[in-house]
Amino acid sequence: MTVTEHDIVVIGGGPAGLAAAIAAKKSGVNDVLILERGGELGGILNQCIHNGFGLHTFGEELTGSEYAARFIAEAEELGIPYKLDTMALDITPERVVTAVNRTDGVMTIKAGAVILAMGCRERPRGALNIAGFRPAGIFSAGTAQRLVNIEGYMPGKEVVILGSGDIGLIMARRMTLEGARVKLVAELMPYSGGLKRNIVQCLDDFDIPLLLSHTVVDIEGKERVTAVVVAEVDENRRPIPGTEQRISCDTLLLSCGLLPENELSQSAGVELSPVTGGAVVNESLETSVGGVFACGNVLHVHDLVDYVSEEAALAGENAARYVRGERCEGGEPISLRAGNGVRYTVPSFIAPERAGDKLTVRFRVADVYKNAFVCVYCGDECVQRRKKRVLAPGEMEQVVLTDRLFAENPGLSEITIKIETA
Amino acid sequence: MIYDTIIIGAGVVGCAAARFLSAYLADVLVLEREEDVCAGTSKANSAIIHSGYDAPNGSLKARYNVLGNAMTEKLSRELDFPFERRGSLTVCTDPSRVSVLEELRMRGEKNGVPGLRILDRDEALRLEPNLADGVVAALFAPTAGIVCPFKMTIAFAENACENGAEFRLNTRVTGLYREDGLWRVQTDRGEYTSKTVVNAAGVYADVLNNLVSERKLRITPRRGDYILLDRAVGGYVRHTVFPLPTKLGKGVLVTPTVHGNTIVGPTAVDIEDRESTATTADGINTVLERSSLSIKNLPVRSVITSFAGLRAHEDGGDFVIGEPDDAPGFFNCAGIESPGLSAAPAIGEEVARRIAEKLNLKADPDFKPERRDILDPSKLSTEERNILIKKNPAYGAIVCRCEGVTEGEILEAIRRPLGARSLDAVKRRVRAGMGRCQGGFCSPKVMELISRECGIPLDEVTKCGGASRITVGRTKEG
Amino acid sequence: MNTVELTCIGCPLGCNVTVKTEGERIISVSGNTCPRGESYARKEVTDPTRIVTTTMRVKGGARSRVACKTASDIPKGKIFEVMREIASAQAEAPVRLGDVLIVNVADTGVDVTATSSVAASDPQ
Repeated sequence: MTVTEHDIVVIGGGPAGLAAAIAAKKSGVNDVLILERGGELGGILNQCIHNGFGLHTFGEELTGSEYAARFIAEAEELGIPYKLDTMALDITPERVVTAVNRTDGVMTIKAGAVILAMGCRERPRGALNIAGFRPAGIFSAGTAQRLVNIEGYMPGKEVVILGSGDIGLIMARRMTLEGARVKLVAELMPYSGGLKRNIVQCLDDFDIPLLLSHTVVDIEGKERVTAVVVAEVDENRRPIPGTEQRISCDTLLLSCGLLPENELSQSAGVELSPVTGGAVVNESLETSVGGVFACGNVLHVHDLVDYVSEEAALAGENAARYVRGERCEGGEPISLRAGNGVRYTVPSFIAPERAGDKLTVRFRVADVYKNAFVCVYCGDECVQRRKKRVLAPGEMEQVVLTDRLFAENPGLSEITIKIETA
Repeated sequence: MIYDTIIIGAGVVGCAAARFLSAYLADVLVLEREEDVCAGTSKANSAIIHSGYDAPNGSLKARYNVLGNAMTEKLSRELDFPFERRGSLTVCTDPSRVSVLEELRMRGEKNGVPGLRILDRDEALRLEPNLADGVVAALFAPTAGIVCPFKMTIAFAENACENGAEFRLNTRVTGLYREDGLWRVQTDRGEYTSKTVVNAAGVYADVLNNLVSERKLRITPRRGDYILLDRAVGGYVRHTVFPLPTKLGKGVLVTPTVHGNTIVGPTAVDIEDRESTATTADGINTVLERSSLSIKNLPVRSVITSFAGLRAHEDGGDFVIGEPDDAPGFFNCAGIESPGLSAAPAIGEEVARRIAEKLNLKADPDFKPERRDILDPSKLSTEERNILIKKNPAYGAIVCRCEGVTEGEILEAIRRPLGARSLDAVKRRVRAGMGRCQGGFCSPKVMELISRECGIPLDEVTKCGGASRITVGRTKEG
Repeated sequence: MNTVELTCIGCPLGCNVTVKTEGERIISVSGNTCPRGESYARKEVTDPTRIVTTTMRVKGGARSRVACKTASDIPKGKIFEVMREIASAQAEAPVRLGDVLIVNVADTGVDVTATSSVAASDPQ
C-alpha cells in the first residue's frame, strides 16, 4: 500500500475544496493535494448550468459550470495536484486519510492539515416519511438535475415538486424549458426556502403555482408515479383533512433540504452541530479536532457559492498557518451564541487573537422577518444593530465583527447574535 | 419437455424449495411474475429468524420455524449469506401480564425452542440498555437471529440455478390444470408441463390452490408498514425486541439488521388489494408510537426509508404445506406469513423431500451445496484489496458513497446468473442505493452500468422491471 | 396611477421594488438598494429580458450534451423560440467553454455560447 505525506489534504474538489486549496497554496504551502470523488473538479457546480453565480466574487453573472471553470483554471495554473474518482474512506483524529481509486488502490495519506470540503446531500423521500407506493419517478431535485443537464435524459413529463429549495425551483424552470409540464411546487412551510429571484425567474415566469403550507401526503402508482396527493397543512405542519387534491403526474421531485455529508468528519472525531449537521468550528474554521478544518456546504448549507468560496479561502489560509506553525496561541475563546430568531452561527467560538481585523459571522434566521434588526450583544450591551428590510430562512445572513470590538471588550466570554423586531 | 417440478413463485420459499430440489437429479423450473427473485413478501419483512416460541404447540408454524432456525446457521455458511444469532427479547410492560411471558416460555419449550429464560428488568437492561422505562420483565430467546432476506433468497436461487434449476422471470401464471396425469401451467409466455407443482405464490397461493383443489383456501393480505433507520444509529438495539404478542401478530418490533441499520415495524392491517404495498401515514405514525413502548428515545429522526410488506394470512391461521388429497402432485406452500422467513429453509427441504419420494428422484452426485456471495472488497485486508484492484480496477471505484459499494461489485451483481436488471435488483444484491441518500448520487451511475452491461438504452433501465422506467427519454429529442 | 411590485433579480438579494406608472410613463421606482435595481425594475416593466441557460446536443463528444447560454439577455417572450432553435442545433466536439454555438439565436442579435467544455470522445 502506498503511504504518502502531504502538508494539506483537501477532501473534495468542488467550489469549497478548490477555493481552500488555492488559498492554501497562495499562502505559501506548496504541498496541497485535492481528493475528488467525481470524475472532474468542480463538484455539484458542473450540473448547475443556470446563471446567477459569481456576482460577488467576479462582479459578473456566471453559470455554475463557468464559475467552477475559473477556479479549476486557477488551481491548474497554480499546479495544485488532485486525484479524481478518488473516494476518501476514513480520516483518523491524527489526520491519516485513507482513500481509494482505480489506479492507486487503497492509499494512506498522512496530512499536516485536513480541509473538509465534502459538500452536502439531499434529503431523500424516505427521510420525509411520505406515505404511498415506492415507484420509479421520484427523484431528489439534484439527481434530476444531473440526469437532465449532464446525461441529457428526461426524468419525466408531468412534474410535481415538493419543497421550494433553490434546486427545486431551478429544476422547475429547467424541466419546463425541456418540454415537461410542471404542475405545481408545494412547500410545507408558510414561506419559500429558496431565493426570491428564483421564485420570480423559475416559477412566476412560467406561471407555475407555488402552494405554501402544502405537502405531499400520498404517492400513487406501483411501477411509475401516476399521481400524488397534495394537502394543506396547519400551523403544526400536519395535513388538514379535506384539503387533499389529487394531481396526476409521472414525476415527483423533492427539494426538501440539504444535509452536510459528515460521515468522514465523524470518523475523525469531529464534533458536529445538531442544528447545521456540520462541524462546530472556531474563528479559523478549525473543528474540534486540531488541524482539521471545514468549509462550504459540509460545514453549513450556503445559499450562494460566492460565500462558499470566501469561507473556504479562509479555511485554506488558516490551514496554511497551521502547518507552517504560524498561528498565535488563542486565549480563552469567546462563545458565539445564536439568540432570538437566529438558528446557528458559524463560527461557534472566537479566539480574538486569531480573528484578524474583520471576522465574518454567518448565520441563518429561523423565520421570515420584515423590517427587523440584526443585533450583536456583548453581555447586555448592544454593540451592533443593523436594520434589514427582509430576513428569510432561505438566505444566509452575516455580521462582521471587528478587532475594535474585541479590543474594547477584554475578557469577553460570550457574544450573542439575535433578531429584534422593534 | 416435461419438468419434474414447476415452482410457482421465486420468493424465499420457492427459491429454498428450488435449491433443495436441485440436489436431486430433477428438471426444475421456477416461474416468477416479477423481474427478479425476492420481489414480493420476501423483500419486505422484519429480516429476522424467530426462535419459535410464539406459534401454537403442534402447529406447522411452530414445527418449521424451529427446524428452519436450526438449519439457518449451516446454510448461511454454505450459501454465504449474513446471519447473526443475536437473540430476542419479548418485553412486558404490564406487571399484571408477566405471567404471559411464562406461558410463552412453556409454549416455546414444547415447540422445542432451546434456552428460553425469563429476565427481570435489570437482567434485561444489561442485555439491552435502551429498553423503555416501563419494561418490567422479558422473555429471552437466545436462538433468535437476524438475516438479510434478500441475500438469503438470492443465495438459494443462485445455488439452485448453478445446480441446474431453470428460472423464468417476468412470467406470470395465468392458468393451471391437470391432464393425463401431468400438470399444465399456463403463463403469459407460453405453457409448461410438469409432474409436480410447488405453489409458493405468496399472497396469490389461495388463487392457485383453488384452481385445482376443492379444499379451498382464503388468503388475506395483511399489510405491515416499517421504517428503516440509518446505520449511524446502529447499535441502539442489539437484539430483536418484541412487545408481548397480540392476536394480530407479534406487534411492533425493533431490531438491528445484519447491515447495521435498525428496522422498526410492522403494523398489521388486513386489506383486500394483493398489490397494495403502499405505506400510509397512519401506519408510519403507529410504528413510531408503538416502538416507544419497548425502546426509549429511539432516534426516529434518522429514518432513511419506509416500506410496506404483505403477509399472506390464511384463514386457518397456520401454514398450509403439502398435497391436498384431491390434487396429487400439487404441493402447497401457502399461508406463509410470519415466521415464514425463518421457516422457509425447512419448508423448502420438506417439500423437496416429499417430491423426491413421490417421483423417486435420485440424489445428484454433482450437487454443489456451496455458493459464494458477491465479493465485498471492504471485507478484505488492505493488501488483498489492492491486489484485487490491480487485477480489476473496477473494485477501486466507489459508486455508492453511502454504503461504499464499488463498480466491481455492481458489475458482478449484473453479470451473475440470475443477474440484476434493475436498480432495485442491484440494491438487493450489493446495497448500492440502500444507504442514507437512497440512491440520489449513485442511481445515474448504476443505470449507466446496467445499460452498458445489458445492452439496453439508458432510458429503458427500470427501478423494478415492468413500467418502472427511471427516465422517459432524451432531452432535445422529444 | 398603477403600482407594480417586483422582486429584483439583478442579484441574489432579491430586493422588493415598487414601480409606479402613469400609462407608459414610469413615475417612481423605490425599494431598490442599488442602481441596478432601478434599471432592472424600469426594464422589467417596459421590456423584460432573460438569459436562457440550457444544453445542446454534441456530436462525437465524451458527453452527449454541452451546457450553453445566451451570451446576454434576450426578450422574455422569445425564451421558447430560443429553446427550439437550440434544440434543433448540434455542437461538434471538442467544444470549449466560451465557444459560440449559435450566432444571432432566434434573430435576437444574441449568440449562444458554451458554458462548459466537452472533449472529443475517445476513438475506440
